Amino acid sequence: MNLSGAEILVRCLQEEGVEHVFGYPGGAVLHIYDALFQQDQVKHVLVRHEQGAVHAADGYARATGRTGVVLVTSGPGATNAVTGIATAYMDSIPLVVLTGQVPTSLIGNDAFQEVDNVGITRPCVKHNFLVKDVNDIAETIKKAFYIASTGRPGPVLVDIPKDVTDPKVKVPFVYPDQIRMRSYNPTVKGHPGQIRRAVEMMLAAKRPMIYSGGGVILGRAAEPLTRLTRQLGFPITNTLMGLGGYPASDRQFVGMLGMHGTYEANMAMHHCDVLIAIGARFDDRVTGNLAKFCPTAKIVHIDVDPASISKNVKVDVPIVGEVDTVLQEMIRLLEHEGGQPDGEALKAWWAQIEEWRGMNCLRYRMSDEVIKPQYVVEKLWEITGGDAYVTSDVGQHQMWAAQYYRFDKPNRWINSGGLGTMGFGLPAALGVKTAFPEAEVVCITGEGSIQMNIQELSTALQYYLPVKVVSLNNRYLGMVRQWQEFFYSGRYAMSYMEALPDFVKLAEAYGHVGMRIEKPGDVEGALREAFALKDRLVFMDFQTDPTENVYPMVPAGAGLNEMILV
Amino acid sequence: MRHIISILMENEAGALSRVAGLFSARGYNIESLCVAPTQDDTLSRLTLVTRGDDQIIEQILKQLNKLIEVVKVQDIEDAPHIERELMLIKLQAAGADRDEVMRLCEIFRGNIIDVTETSYTAQLVGPGEKLDAFIEALGRIPVIEVVRSGALGISRGPRGMTV
Ligand SMILES: Cc1cc2nc3c(=O)[nH]c(=O)nc-3n(C[C@H](O)[C@H](O)[C@H](O)COP(=O)(O)OP(=O)(O)OC[C@H]3O[C@@H](n4cnc5c(N)ncnc54)[C@H](O)[C@@H]3O)c2cc1C
Ligand SMILES: Cc1ncc(C[n+]2csc(CCOP(=O)(O)OP(=O)(O)O)c2C)c(N)n1
Ligand SMILES: [Mg+2]
Repeated sequence: MNLSGAEILVRCLQEEGVEHVFGYPGGAVLHIYDALFQQDQVKHVLVRHEQGAVHAADGYARATGRTGVVLVTSGPGATNAVTGIATAYMDSIPLVVLTGQVPTSLIGNDAFQEVDNVGITRPCVKHNFLVKDVNDIAETIKKAFYIASTGRPGPVLVDIPKDVTDPKVKVPFVYPDQIRMRSYNPTVKGHPGQIRRAVEMMLAAKRPMIYSGGGVILGRAAEPLTRLTRQLGFPITNTLMGLGGYPASDRQFVGMLGMHGTYEANMAMHHCDVLIAIGARFDDRVTGNLAKFCPTAKIVHIDVDPASISKNVKVDVPIVGEVDTVLQEMIRLLEHEGGQPDGEALKAWWAQIEEWRGMNCLRYRMSDEVIKPQYVVEKLWEITGGDAYVTSDVGQHQMWAAQYYRFDKPNRWINSGGLGTMGFGLPAALGVKTAFPEAEVVCITGEGSIQMNIQELSTALQYYLPVKVVSLNNRYLGMVRQWQEFFYSGRYAMSYMEALPDFVKLAEAYGHVGMRIEKPGDVEGALREAFALKDRLVFMDFQTDPTENVYPMVPAGAGLNEMILV
Repeated sequence: MRHIISILMENEAGALSRVAGLFSARGYNIESLCVAPTQDDTLSRLTLVTRGDDQIIEQILKQLNKLIEVVKVQDIEDAPHIERELMLIKLQAAGADRDEVMRLCEIFRGNIIDVTETSYTAQLVGPGEKLDAFIEALGRIPVIEVVRSGALGISRGPRGMTV
């Protein structure tokens, strides 16, 4: 049967098992929207801003592990999507972004709503395509999904000129079963010799440390990671992106590491003699001053992307491969060959770590007068049984969410780490709720960030996506204010929001429930009340302490052992 | 250190800009870049000259390999190889200078490929230093225009760079 380009595109999405597309229509994609309209297998969520569409698809992808799909029009539709694409790129999130383009005959003519989508997005996609012939659509879409989801995942953009989806031009449709690309072969299995060397090094360690990251979440390897860590009895820390990869409530977990990591995690990093890095990329927020990073450690690094290895920190045993298969192989080696870690040394090491843990670096002083943001997150954790999907925006509230909501499962913590995009949280929460309508989905945000995509409250009403918004409203761009307090002698340049909307009324105007909470004594009650409203989006505006800071903190240029504590 | 990197990539629109974009986005340096089709018309071969310490060169090779359209990357510095560059150079040449230019061309095994009453255009092939040396040797003879291809490189011996 012959189909038009638009019909082919929709059929491709069906073949890929896509259930939801997040998008916003416009001239260049009208043929595609018309084809979408005439079927009901692929559902479309109409957002209120294209950035929201990409973040929603991204949240969907992070929670499910499946590829998120976006559809936007040419020109401004595509440029609005760029921040979302860059956000996904930095955190290696699989997306397929379909953008409309002006007809092929007009490309390069400064035509109406023309922008070079392939050129603009080149530095922030894993790959992109311009489809110039209707006969190429199916294969291109197949490649796009394949590239986005394999190896180190990432966003792939497919730019489609309007004439290519012309309903009058019909061609045969065949969806390829398989795709082979001579230039793209993501390595899967780690080198056995290297894995063996790594295991030997781990067993010989006196002060071992496991440092795992987003690769464990992306590679669905929380289970083997947990098994291996327990088997070895080693301490483990997670990056911001890796939280939930190992259960946070377990004794062996020493908290997040890095700039706002725990004292015990950062000290253990600094003093370890063997570091096992698993699906983590030695980001500068993690390493602090590179010259002072892990001065006494031999380093094993497992990563599917060879370019992540020895990029910032030279490693001793590189293993290029999928975390899942590499960890399975390590477990197999340990079981079959009965190697044992050095128990005596490990005992002494743990004694040292417990001493560091005894500093209780995440303690904070409660107040009867003003709500402490940390307290809100702790109560939220309690009331949701630690089992909610938590998205966040960017700033202090993001760090408090990471520190005080203890994630025991992977894919539950959804935030923008690499790009640090304010405005991510709400649309991402809507994406998660779209995937899991029955699950509790919470967006922890700040009064600054939430205003960057607040319009998505309208999308939430239209598609019945009753998420909970927990706003830690400190009246400040708090993270900026904190740096100004520490490093600019308290000159709070433009970090105070003079005028804020009445968020309760705002929520109500969008058809939702708004609550303002001002007293510490009301926090728990308000949370319980909000979560009892199962079928409503509730916007909780917590008036929190404007002077509160995120501790511990590794200042720029310092080593991980040089933290500012409370 | 200077490295000559050879890249086989899909002969598709946009592939070159990905390579060039990678270098500018990541702040790597490009001294020269040269690209043309190969005997296999689905592939083009790109040769570029860059500088960096071992860690930077390693990153450059890995990042190039990550580009989806790049099929193969080789640092040809790794094995015995031959390097050549083409130069077309237009010189003001009148009176006694005409003989001088001819003589230099002969010494450097160049050819004169265009002649007017007041100018010669010469063509020279060789490693970059040889071309530099030719320009140096011209002394006070005025140079009107220099066009250089950038370095090309190929490994010695019977084995080729194939996919
Ligand atoms: C305000 C703010 C503060 C921050 N503070 C901190 C902080 O204190 N601590 C902190 O940790 N971060 C912090 N970050 C986040 C930081 O910027 C980085 O995003 C984060 O550290 C990177 O995490 P990661 O190393 O786990 O890498 P990711 O970005 O998650 O990358 C994953 C790595 O795993 C690899 N990988 C992917 N899939 C697989 C697979 N299947 N198999 C094997 N490997 C795979 C990838 O190639 C990549 O190298 C902060 C961010 C913000 C916005
Ligand atoms: C789009 C964007 N612009 C600017 C920044 C820089 N920035 C990082 S945190 C922050 C303040 C965020 O304020 P708020 O959302 O109120 O959170 P808080 O830190 O107060 O908890 C800013 C401006 C950013 N990360 N993203
Ligand atoms: Mg704030």
